[in-house]
Amino acid sequence: MWKFIVRRLFVTFPQIVLLSIIIFILAQMMPGDALTGLIDPNIDPAAIEQQRERLGLNNPWYVQYADWVKGAVQGDLGQSFRYKMPVTELIEQRMINTFWLSLLTLIFTYVMAIPLGIISGRWNDTWLDRAITGYTYIGFAAPLFITALLMVWIFGFHFGWFPTGGSVAPGLTPGTFEYFMSKLQHLLLPAFSMAVITTVSTVQYLRSEIIDTKQKDFIITARAKGAPESRVYNRHIFRNSLLPIAAFFGYEISGLIGGSVFIETIFAFPGMGKLFLDSVLLRDFSVVSSVVLIFGIAAILGALLSDIILSIVDPRIRIK
Amino acid sequence: MSNKLLEIKNLTTSFRIGDDYYAAVDDVTLTLNKNEVLGIVGESGSGKSALAFSIMRLHNRAKIEGSVLLNNQDIVNMPTTNLNKLRGDDMAMIFQDPLTALNPLMEIGEQIGETLLLHNPRMTQKQRKLRVIELLNLVGIPRPEYVFEQFPHELSGGMRQRVVIAIAIANDPELLIADEPTTALDVTIQAQILDLIRKLKNEMNAGIILITHDLGVVAEMADRVAVMYAGQIVEIAEVHTLFENPLHPYTKSLLNSVPTEGQDKLHVIQGIVPSLKNLPRKGCRFAARIPWIDASAHEENPVLHEVELGHFVRCTCHAHFYFSDESKEDEKNGIS
Amino acid sequence: MAFLEVKDLQVYFPIKGGFFNRTVGHIKAVDGVSFSLEQGKTYGLVGESGSGKSTTGRAIIGLENVTSGQVLFEGKDITSMKSKTKDLRKDIQMIFQDPYSSLNPKKRVLDIIAEPLRNFENHSKQEEKKQVQDLLELVGLSPESIFKYPHQFSGGQRQRIGVARALALKPKLIIADEPVSALDVSVQAQVLNFMREIQDQLNLTYLLISHDLGIIKHMCDHIGIMYKGRYVEEGTKDEIFTNPHHIYSKRLVAAIPDINPRMREKQYRYRQEVQEEYNQSYNDYFDQEGLAYSLQSISDTHKVALPKRG
Ligand SMILES: Nc1ncnc2c1ncn2[C@@H]1O[C@H](COP(=O)(O)OP(=O)(O)OP(=O)(O)O)[C@@H](O)[C@H]1O
Ligand SMILES: Nc1ncnc2c1ncn2[C@@H]1O[C@H](COP(=O)(O)OP(=O)(O)OP(=O)(O)O)[C@@H](O)[C@H]1O
Ligand SMILES: [Mg+2]
Ligand SMILES: [Mg+2]
Repeated sequence: MWKFIVRRLFVTFPQIVLLSIIIFILAQMMPGDALTGLIDPNIDPAAIEQQRERLGLNNPWYVQYADWVKGAVQGDLGQSFRYKMPVTELIEQRMINTFWLSLLTLIFTYVMAIPLGIISGRWNDTWLDRAITGYTYIGFAAPLFITALLMVWIFGFHFGWFPTGGSVAPGLTPGTFEYFMSKLQHLLLPAFSMAVITTVSTVQYLRSEIIDTKQKDFIITARAKGAPESRVYNRHIFRNSLLPIAAFFGYEISGLIGGSVFIETIFAFPGMGKLFLDSVLLRDFSVVSSVVLIFGIAAILGALLSDIILSIVDPRIRIK
Repeated sequence: MSNKLLEIKNLTTSFRIGDDYYAAVDDVTLTLNKNEVLGIVGESGSGKSALAFSIMRLHNRAKIEGSVLLNNQDIVNMPTTNLNKLRGDDMAMIFQDPLTALNPLMEIGEQIGETLLLHNPRMTQKQRKLRVIELLNLVGIPRPEYVFEQFPHELSGGMRQRVVIAIAIANDPELLIADEPTTALDVTIQAQILDLIRKLKNEMNAGIILITHDLGVVAEMADRVAVMYAGQIVEIAEVHTLFENPLHPYTKSLLNSVPTEGQDKLHVIQGIVPSLKNLPRKGCRFAARIPWIDASAHEENPVLHEVELGHFVRCTCHAHFYFSDESKEDEKNGIS
Repeated sequence: MAFLEVKDLQVYFPIKGGFFNRTVGHIKAVDGVSFSLEQGKTYGLVGESGSGKSTTGRAIIGLENVTSGQVLFEGKDITSMKSKTKDLRKDIQMIFQDPYSSLNPKKRVLDIIAEPLRNFENHSKQEEKKQVQDLLELVGLSPESIFKYPHQFSGGQRQRIGVARALALKPKLIIADEPVSALDVSVQAQVLNFMREIQDQLNLTYLLISHDLGIIKHMCDHIGIMYKGRYVEEGTKDEIFTNPHHIYSKRLVAAIPDINPRMREKQYRYRQEVQEEYNQSYNDYFDQEGLAYSLQSISDTHKVALPKRG
């Protein structure tokens, strides 16, 4: 198993390098460059040219790439031309916010999805199962942003139970209990909104996995041994159906990234997703490419995590 | 004390296809004694496995009518908790398909150990492991300590089949249903497994139902043989009688299909087994496969007739049956 | 010139291990096997499970990388994959062990059987359909079956579809790996009769791999017995069945269930005797690693694996 993991790590590194090259090339291909949005177009072109020279924007691409990578590794992702501050600084707090949002979303997702999937799969074709599959169909059809808007409107504005923007109430000192509670309160509604949607695929997957496993021959073998139904389910069916779900975990992360762009924007939540959208609109390319890089790395590491989990839990991979 | 182990009366097992139920096992009545091997043979799809599953009540969604008595306890209407005490302990089954009968994510040792755990909760883990290794040895698996920790996909088909057998015999069952136990094995291992089953019978006084389409295996193992066709028993007799004096046209045809010395062309039964939905439900079910036999030879509602003590045959057509190619010979002979 | 000649065939599978998945050892699935087939005859390959029978068959048809040795078909060396021309691939076909997994479940019978035809011959849709229907009739399936999918057939019927596919290109040699082991007796008889019939019609040669010695006895002219990747004995049907020399062959022949229930006791005792002989003389027949020795001729056709005298 360790061999498998280490080998898998060897694949991850080139993946990340490739990702960085692609992002870099895309950034180069974008219309205009870092200066375009920043400088008054009426300025003397010679002055602009001078600026470009100074920023190294006229160097050959590989020199620029090397500079960029060198910077990135040292934590220097360039300057945001919009916010007039280093990208690293800009991203740091937001990354932490998004991390907590994602974590809470994942927790909500599994807390909801596993029981629902199990109920639905074990008692399939009962009214309870129909209700749950009904929910998954609606969740599948309703786009995330509509659900989120609905949530904001109902629980945020109508009932006023949750704040509808920001990541913490202003004026609180970090480290205090109030500060923590305020943070949590700001997280709950967006995390829940996102989880309502991400749950759907997990529920459906788990349900079909359980129904599938139920009909396998080895379940009959277990019954023929005299195993009571509870043991048949706990030892054979759930165990075998939950493994692929566990392995799915890492891949969830890519889904969360997409979701966070919408959710954070709708909830005016200062995280990576919102930053991404804002920067795209403002053509703040150094920020955009940094955010994409971080998202990309997160997705790659997620896939890595999935494979590692799978290699731990599935003997068919473990022995390789 | 009665010697009767299993008593099946008018057992009918039906599966739902569309909106209707179709009987895959149709009004089967059988008994099995202790220390007896009953062979069941029949065409693929004739309901052999369905019958075996009904005895253990392993069908998921099937309608079961009639009664199955194991040591006078009615299995069909028994509460599940009681049934679970019998399954794996008093009665056990070897499944037909070794490739799918084992949990792919569980170690072999744990899968065999589970059946011990369920029926001897007092056994310590260490004792269990010893017994599992003993069982693996019994079924002829080399290096049992190593196999103990392996997963099914690491074993060959033949080895998996032996694991399935080890699970079945783990608690020395009184009733062992073996559904094609050796089809996946080569003859030397087959001989070894059959020895094992024989031992279970002789030493433990167990009753064995041996389902197979290998008539050689039946000839070697069985005390009595039941022949099934299209869900029904068409003939049942003591093994010597069946092989020496088969009566039902299906039994005769079957025996004729087996390759034997100096035979050039093997006998083939005309037509195909109809699917469950299209089984003829009236008249002699085998009639369509022997169309050259006059319709009047068959009974309207064929029942089992006891032609001699313990030898039952369904329908009256056996008295008028001849093989079709023979008939031409006969005709020629008759003319000349 | 033999029709098909296999010379000192070895097929090793690498055992991977170590950090970079290097090869750390080999499974000697086939370890120096030689035999030859005569055209129009049936050659039977038997032996214990895992002895390399299927691997031998697959190596001949080019589905397995040959480690060393030669395969000559009508005098042409066809050992390496590259030398297998289109014609050769047409001439040698294989029927597989498992009728369930060897047919693509998503394809209609028409497409399954027509697939080899499409690769090698150009026919109009009409001709192709006609040809497939003829083939189906040949194997005893109704011509209307062409639009069905494999799961709609019984095991026996599926195996016949496999046979029909193998026959589509009118091959000269068919490698049949357990062609009837999944079928019940009457259907088995049907497939076997049919195989013999077309053998006569088309002058086919079979390499028949099977566990079932009854079938081998019925079908084969010559028989080879394998044990752990090597040959232990080779001979004509009569030599093998009435006069087996190697202890493993004896054991194999003794293990065949007898169809006569009256022979039960006798058979049982005979088996005990052979088992005793096996235990006693094991070292005379196998080397230190438990492998068979190389073959020595004891008559024109009969060869047995024995240690070299002297
Ligand atoms: N769960 C099921 N639902 C519907 N039909 C079924 C089911 N199980 C079996 N059948 C049908 O019942 C009939 C009897 O099947 P069964 O498996 O008992 O045959 P068998 O005699 O064991 O055949 P084989 O020798 O191929 O194992 C077949 O026509 C089969 O298609
Ligand atoms: N692709 C492969 N990789 C590694 N080992 C293999 C592979 N294929 C076969 N083997 C091994 O080679 C040996 C011979 O296998 P083969 O399938 O030829 O046996 P066989 O004689 O056909 O057995 P059976 O009668 O069970 O079909 C076995 O030990 C098997 O585990
Ligand atoms: Mg069956
Ligand atoms: Mg094989």
